[in-house]
Amino acid sequence: MGGKASEIRIDTVRCKGCGICVEFCPTKVLAMQDGTAVVVDLDRCTACNLCDLRCPDFAITVIPSAAAKTAS
Amino acid sequence: MREVLYDNYLRTARIPHIWCPGCGHGIVLKTMVRAIDQIGWKADEIAMVSGIGCSGRANGYVDFNTLHTTHGRAIAFATGLKLANPSLKVIVVTGDGDGIAIGGNHLIHAARRNLDINVVLFNNFIYGMTGGQVSPTTPLGCTATTAPFGNYEHPFNIAELVAAAGGNFVARGTVYQPVELERLLLKAFEKRGFSFVEAMSPCPTAYGRRNKLKGPVAMMYDLKERSVPLAKAKGLSEPELDGKIVTGVLLDRDKEEYTDIYRQLTARIGGA
Amino acid sequence: METGNRPVPRLLTGNEAVAHAAIDAGAKFFAGYPITPSSEIAESLSVMLPKTGGVFIQMEDEIAAMSAVIGAAIAGAKALTATSGPGFSLKQEAIGFACVTEVPCVIVNVMRGGPSTGLPTLPAQGDVMQARWGTHGDHPAVALCPERVSEAYELTVRAFDLSERLRTPVILLMDEIIGHVTEKAVLVKPEPASLPALRVPVSTPEEYRPYRYSGQVPPPLVPFGQGYRYHITGLLHDETGFPSNDSGNADREVRWLMDKVERNRRLLTDFEVVDADDAEVLLFAYGACARSAKAAMQMARSQGRKVGLFRPRTIWPFPYEELAAAAVHARVVVPVEMNLGQLTHEVSLAVRGKVPVKPLFKVSGEAVTPDEVLSFLEGV
Repeated sequence: MGGKASEIRIDTVRCKGCGICVEFCPTKVLAMQDGTAVVVDLDRCTACNLCDLRCPDFAITVIPSAAAKTAS
Repeated sequence: MREVLYDNYLRTARIPHIWCPGCGHGIVLKTMVRAIDQIGWKADEIAMVSGIGCSGRANGYVDFNTLHTTHGRAIAFATGLKLANPSLKVIVVTGDGDGIAIGGNHLIHAARRNLDINVVLFNNFIYGMTGGQVSPTTPLGCTATTAPFGNYEHPFNIAELVAAAGGNFVARGTVYQPVELERLLLKAFEKRGFSFVEAMSPCPTAYGRRNKLKGPVAMMYDLKERSVPLAKAKGLSEPELDGKIVTGVLLDRDKEEYTDIYRQLTARIGGA
Repeated sequence: METGNRPVPRLLTGNEAVAHAAIDAGAKFFAGYPITPSSEIAESLSVMLPKTGGVFIQMEDEIAAMSAVIGAAIAGAKALTATSGPGFSLKQEAIGFACVTEVPCVIVNVMRGGPSTGLPTLPAQGDVMQARWGTHGDHPAVALCPERVSEAYELTVRAFDLSERLRTPVILLMDEIIGHVTEKAVLVKPEPASLPALRVPVSTPEEYRPYRYSGQVPPPLVPFGQGYRYHITGLLHDETGFPSNDSGNADREVRWLMDKVERNRRLLTDFEVVDADDAEVLLFAYGACARSAKAAMQMARSQGRKVGLFRPRTIWPFPYEELAAAAVHARVVVPVEMNLGQLTHEVSLAVRGKVPVKPLFKVSGEAVTPDEVLSFLEGV
């Protein structure tokens, strides 16, 4: 189950709206809105970090939740 | 998943970078930063040398000793840097045009010498910066501004070429598989001797648009479909491998490194 | 080389003298490629550099050699390469890179017959204008030209000094005659104190700007790896070193760069004047031609003719004013060149039509002889 991230920060100045993070999020946490990525369902996040790893713009950061940190 | 504070390595005042939305180069650069973070090199000891092209802009965004050289010659500049100060950790970033067309000769000779530099070749199958001309890695049949009727020149398999030329580590990865790419870059950086990583990095603007890959997401799926891990590729025939991207480690050995040999020579002849 | 306090004369070629001078000037890096008639410089340094804690490498081509030299200089080494015409042509892009990034380095060009493959084993002075304008864009040039083996040593040491002070590539224009002639030479080793440590930063890493488009010379180029992390690019750039296509910056940068040589003329100007005060005929010659011109001058003087000589040791920047001053009483200026007038053009500019210029050109691949100069003077 999700809830592994306490926050997903998206720098809207850096984000160029390529859509890669949205498409390849395994649990559909993100969506495109007005040309940048936005978080639509943080609870579904598993903190897999693929959005960060595949973001070309250094625009997205996944902050793991305390629960996720103790679990790992 | 290891947390990396990218901003500790970036020249943040120069971000956002100039690359197009969905260009893979930002992913390659980020993955290089992750590998550097893991290996623990100090910023002051890293010299990153680039050539001309979209890949050439990469080193302007990182807070190391950075040198942006002439087209195709980054490896030659890096050779001088490394020989004059062997304690520097030298990374060369180049592209498929910069590194294998005009720069091909320097690439194979650096591999032959087994000099301890790390070459990362950002392969986007096109000359992106200049608007989309055909490159030595553009696949057969693809359209480019200088191949308007479809490319009829066979592309290089760069990693295989470099492995045949020499060096201690040769690998290929893609930006679709960043975890694997990071693993390959880390092994490359750790290896003493010449190491080379070819990173497939899509260009939606100059390559994708003209070749029926509409947008960054489509290009990512294209990388996913075309990638074949080396172990599986060994069981495929040549026609089956046509158009495929073979990923993984192609060469991993420990031949003597150039500056080590030179140091032993100077000691032997009684040099300072 | 030295016994007690007096330097001992030795017998060596110009190419060997260049190699010795590079070592004595503190060079720690040579990258080159075999090419007649300069290969002996590479061969000498392949022995001498590893023995003195330096690095020698034969690169895969001339362009790689020049690029490696610049890379080594950025890492803090005094670095040089040596070549001849075809290699000099190949190196031009990299030389321009060193100009605009203001990286010190020395390029030795032992000139041979051109153009193209030309006359590989025979002398000429045909690369003189190329030394000024070989690379594209507006850029300054510094080129020195020795007339004898001892001067090849002296001017190589000077070339390193000038390149470090001005942060610019310096070209040493030899010709095949000086490169290959064996001559007695007294090599005066430079004092260590006279080789200043010019790469020492004068500001903190945070304050450091690798470029400054004002003042006499740029700030020191702090070598990579010393805690001063900055960006070097061949793109036009602002004082931080990062690329800029701002029109104001471009105008300021290019003009300042071109002006660098003009601003430092006093440091660069270097020439020899012989018997010009009463000369009716002023010879103008450099390199090997100057030897023949001097011999012809002495023969002419013994015949009662008032002949003098102006010999630039720094070819670029060209000594227009100094030549004009030396020619002020002359009735004719006679340039002698192993090309078809590359510096005669500058001579004409210098004298501004006040005195006729009657040149002697030789492009047969043979040295100009004193007799040839003398008989030419008879017709002048």
